[in-house]
Amino acid sequence: MESVILQIAARHMRPLLVILSLVVLYRGHNEPGGGFIGGLMLGAAYILYAMAFGVEKTQKSIRISPVALTGIGLLLALVSGLPALMEGHLFMTGEWTTFFSGSSFELKLGTPLLFDLGVYFTVAGMLTLVMFSIMEE
Amino acid sequence: MIPVLPIILPLLFMVVLIFTRRWLAFQQYFSLLATVVLTLVSVILLLDVQQNGIATLQMGSWPAPYGISLVVDMLSAIMLVTVSFIAIVIMIYSPGFIDKGRQSAGYYPISFGLLMGVNGAFITGDIFNLYVWYEVMLTSSFVLIALGGSAEQLRGSIKYVTINFVASIFFVAGIGILYGLTGTLNMADLAFKIRAAGHIPHMNGALMLFFIAFSVKAGLFPFFFWLPASYHTPPIPITALFAGTLTKVGIYTMFRFYSLFIVENALFWKSFILIIAGLTMTIGVLMAASQFDIRKILSFHIISQVGYMVMGLGLFTVGGISGAIYFMVHNMLSKTNTFLAGGLVYQRSGSYDLKKLGGLYKASPLLALLFFVPAMSLAGIPPLPGFFGKFFLIKGGFEAGDYLITAVAILVGLFTLFSMVKIWNEAYWKKEPEEIKKGKLSRRAIAATGLLAIAVVLLGLFAGPVSELTVEAARQVVLPELYINAVLGL
Repeated sequence: MESVILQIAARHMRPLLVILSLVVLYRGHNEPGGGFIGGLMLGAAYILYAMAFGVEKTQKSIRISPVALTGIGLLLALVSGLPALMEGHLFMTGEWTTFFSGSSFELKLGTPLLFDLGVYFTVAGMLTLVMFSIMEE
Repeated sequence: MIPVLPIILPLLFMVVLIFTRRWLAFQQYFSLLATVVLTLVSVILLLDVQQNGIATLQMGSWPAPYGISLVVDMLSAIMLVTVSFIAIVIMIYSPGFIDKGRQSAGYYPISFGLLMGVNGAFITGDIFNLYVWYEVMLTSSFVLIALGGSAEQLRGSIKYVTINFVASIFFVAGIGILYGLTGTLNMADLAFKIRAAGHIPHMNGALMLFFIAFSVKAGLFPFFFWLPASYHTPPIPITALFAGTLTKVGIYTMFRFYSLFIVENALFWKSFILIIAGLTMTIGVLMAASQFDIRKILSFHIISQVGYMVMGLGLFTVGGISGAIYFMVHNMLSKTNTFLAGGLVYQRSGSYDLKKLGGLYKASPLLALLFFVPAMSLAGIPPLPGFFGKFFLIKGGFEAGDYLITAVAILVGLFTLFSMVKIWNEAYWKKEPEEIKKGKLSRRAIAATGLLAIAVVLLGLFAGPVSELTVEAARQVVLPELYINAVLGL
């Protein structure tokens, strides 16, 4: 079933949802949000798109398969534990750096955020993997 | 650093296997190599713990009881080594047995997910983290049991998934109550608080919820029914992997919880666990005797043998626990081995049904030998490890003065022999039926089964040195202060 309303909505909603998911991901360290919820939102964006345009077209527009996305997520989560070892701390210890400190664009980046990014990709990958398989049936 | 490797290595291997999922040959060899690396790491960890005592690691530098502690004591280390060795054998066996479709549908990466969950459950020192590892393990096993999606598999996996979810609910409910009562979920800290408080109201209720959860996972009476209803459905290497690892994680957790948290009402728990153990042993072995499918006989045997391990726990003496740990190692190896040998029978004759089998001894003496070793080991014939396992347990029973359960254990041993002889008579000795299929055996599958059979024999021959390790492990279980002090750094 093709619905023009759904297609127009999905085309405009997808970039918005992706940006929103990134915002939720970034603020998640100290405020409500985080990789899991962000990942669900990212997945939802593509599921909405798939509902409007079909799974095949969505897959083509993502270019990366959900399985590979899951793999990337797991890899990032694993890698996030390693900087601590180079600093001589225990595995998974949070290491932080601050860019532009003092200015109004102060940006704190650290390994917990990298771990969250891993969760973000893993959740989005698994969600789209499951949903795409069901929708293709 | 080393204590975290048994968790992150399988994760790393899983990621590599996800990215290389199109190259099946690479996956096969890489998985084998990966399990060998995992085994080496586990052995190094075992030697380290043996020399320097319990190894701990506070993840992310958050000190116990605030962060997640990883703790490796002798019991964990022995389990890690056994599981990763079984994984090597399974990885040799799988390419020769599982069809290409299933292999390239994610069998290898998911297997490492399972191993990660199992290893995580063995070394975590935090109850909620333990729950997470259980879920990692179960989710992977859900995929493995349904992999390929034949109708029979789906029937089995629905039962498997449902009952395991119910068990998880009990587990989380127990965690919630425990956290409400004590305000901590770090196992060492919890054990310390329980001992300091003397009496905590409603503690027994939480512990009973845990007991139900773990007895579902371990397949204890009266919660064992899901196991024989689902274990015979997937291809046999998957069943063998499950038989060698999953139920034993439940048992391991019971050991850990009993040792750390049962202080009050110890007398009630002791007799309760011994009664459950006796019933599990007896009912499992009787049900096995009435089956005619090789996989079902072996599945019911898992239940019966789990009863022995719990019996050792119920005795709660160094002798009993050490016997139970030795028995657990023996059972993980021998049970996996009988399943793999059963797989060879299937490859040769195209059936698991004893009524349709026969004449395999004459047709292939090697096949007969590969089944004979683990089967006689399970039945408890010296010098195979099953004999020593039962011997240590029964000796422990006499020393503790629990004569009734000891008598049950001896009787059940006889029935086990009966079932094994039944498979032997029907599949190997009986005259070959006319219409039997003459399939080709895979060389890899034979090599894997042979390797495991050699390991079983060695475990029996070196029962002395191995039992020194298990006695040390048992001492750490019986004296939980060692564990508590190692984690909290008292």
